[in-house]
Amino acid sequence: MNHDASTAAASPRVRPSYLKVFLMFARNSLVRNMMFRGNFIIECVTSLSWMAMNLAFYMLVFGYAESLGGWTKYQFLVFLSTTLFVNSLVQAFFMPNAEEFSELIRTGNLDFALLKPIDTQFLISLNKVDWSALSNFFFGGALLVYSLARLEQQPGLIQMVLYPIYVVCGVAIFYSLMIALASTSVWLGRNQALYEFWFYITNFSRYPMEIYRGTIGSPLRTFFTFVVPLLVVVNVPARLMAKPLDAQSWPLAIFALAAAIASVWASRMIFNRAMLSYRSASS
Amino acid sequence: MATAGTGGAALDPGGGAAHLQPSALVTWWTILRTSIEERLVYRGDFALGTLMRFLPLVTQVFFWGAIFDALGAVSATSTVAGYTNNEIIAYYLLTQISRAFSSMPNLSNSIALQIRNGEIKKFLVQPVDLIGFLLVSRVAHKLVYYLVAVGPFALVFFLCRGFFSGWPEPHIMLAFLLSLVMSFLIGFFLEATFGMIGFWWLEVSSLLFVYMLLNFFFSGHMFPIDMLPGWWGTIVRAVPLQYLAYFPAAVFLGKIQGTALAWGLLYQLFWVVFFVVLCRWTFNRGVQHYSGYGG
Repeated sequence: MNHDASTAAASPRVRPSYLKVFLMFARNSLVRNMMFRGNFIIECVTSLSWMAMNLAFYMLVFGYAESLGGWTKYQFLVFLSTTLFVNSLVQAFFMPNAEEFSELIRTGNLDFALLKPIDTQFLISLNKVDWSALSNFFFGGALLVYSLARLEQQPGLIQMVLYPIYVVCGVAIFYSLMIALASTSVWLGRNQALYEFWFYITNFSRYPMEIYRGTIGSPLRTFFTFVVPLLVVVNVPARLMAKPLDAQSWPLAIFALAAAIASVWASRMIFNRAMLSYRSASS
Repeated sequence: MATAGTGGAALDPGGGAAHLQPSALVTWWTILRTSIEERLVYRGDFALGTLMRFLPLVTQVFFWGAIFDALGAVSATSTVAGYTNNEIIAYYLLTQISRAFSSMPNLSNSIALQIRNGEIKKFLVQPVDLIGFLLVSRVAHKLVYYLVAVGPFALVFFLCRGFFSGWPEPHIMLAFLLSLVMSFLIGFFLEATFGMIGFWWLEVSSLLFVYMLLNFFFSGHMFPIDMLPGWWGTIVRAVPLQYLAYFPAAVFLGKIQGTALAWGLLYQLFWVVFFVVLCRWTFNRGVQHYSGYGG
């Protein structure tokens, strides 16, 4: 990581090539992952078996009930594969970095990141890639193909094109929340509990939003759609694919796009504010 | 010394305290007291963490609500594997209690670590039994946990009281408490045995991960194991993991009654004895296998 930044500084261009730097990060992480190949395989297998168990549970549930919040079995499997895409991307690219970020703040090692001639948020958000997390991405891909073939209404070309865009929007919303939470370490000193909080709160995104009904459910749904837009992360892309004819979904889809942009912008503001309050540590 | 008696009673199952002399009691009481004081340092973090552990329950309430809605549209008598909607939620709440007894965070890892870095040597030299020591410090850990967690638990159970149909009969309650104590013992000796594998493997974390996965699914933490059909159900009932989450909860809800309850408790007792013996045996074998150098 050190020499990447120094070569970037040594080059005559003032602006570093962000893509090149990122590719170098990805390559280095892959090399590091491959150094412990046994461990890498075990991590892939365990996350896949975890997913298989979840899948088994949902299959069991759909053995009793025909639908969940208006989603049939195969529609829900499309939903599940979307969850897998979003989560595996976040876990591969951002999770290891966000964890390290609050440690960097606590130990004062963030100084070194601040000194590098590259955007600090870019550097601390992407400098590690956990390749093993992507095993669930492929699992999700297989599940998507399997369940799409069994749907009554297949999505059209527009949905196929929009789907990956909305998956990326979902990743952006999750990322924003994560980096905003990690930034608070500057004020709190440490936020171990906040990470658990992150896991628990993203739990809300795992099911179709229709299940949140009633006197408690409806406000909860409104809150997690419009205030903290966790519910649109998986719901919007999944609905495009699983319920392509649902006309209701378009306003929400437009909102999701706006929510993604707003989240990234807000998290950038919080990050910058946090950097202004950062006062190294110890010596 | 009246209080020392309770400390001694708690460590009887350790096996290491066959002949309790006053001096031994003082030793164990001191171990218990220091462990309690050590644990109380992080009480704020504890309470908050405990409360947050109930957050996924909110999602589960709505998830199962949607399932039962779909069922209700088909037939009037909507149950899943004999559970009504309220019973399922009550079940999840109760498994949190079972898990509060049976889960042993960091036990296996710390044993394996002590084996790896040689710290285990002090138990081979000093007249303190390793398993007994670990059991007493775990009892202290749990006591402090209950002391702090009783607040959040009471709050959540009070808010969720509508999911319960009232307190069970006294004998069911007694069976429930008995099964909780035994689930603590099974959890402790099972995970300690995993730690002892460190004598041979040194690193047990990948093994533990597999165990945690299986545990989450087969202990009934994820769903009541009554939902499993056919031979799957038979296998899971034959495996002791069900006593770590499912069994106490099912007893409380009156799912297991009469002779089935008596047999269930007996089987659970069998597994307690089984893991006590297994843990002791692997420890003795491990010590014979162990060689320590330097330091």
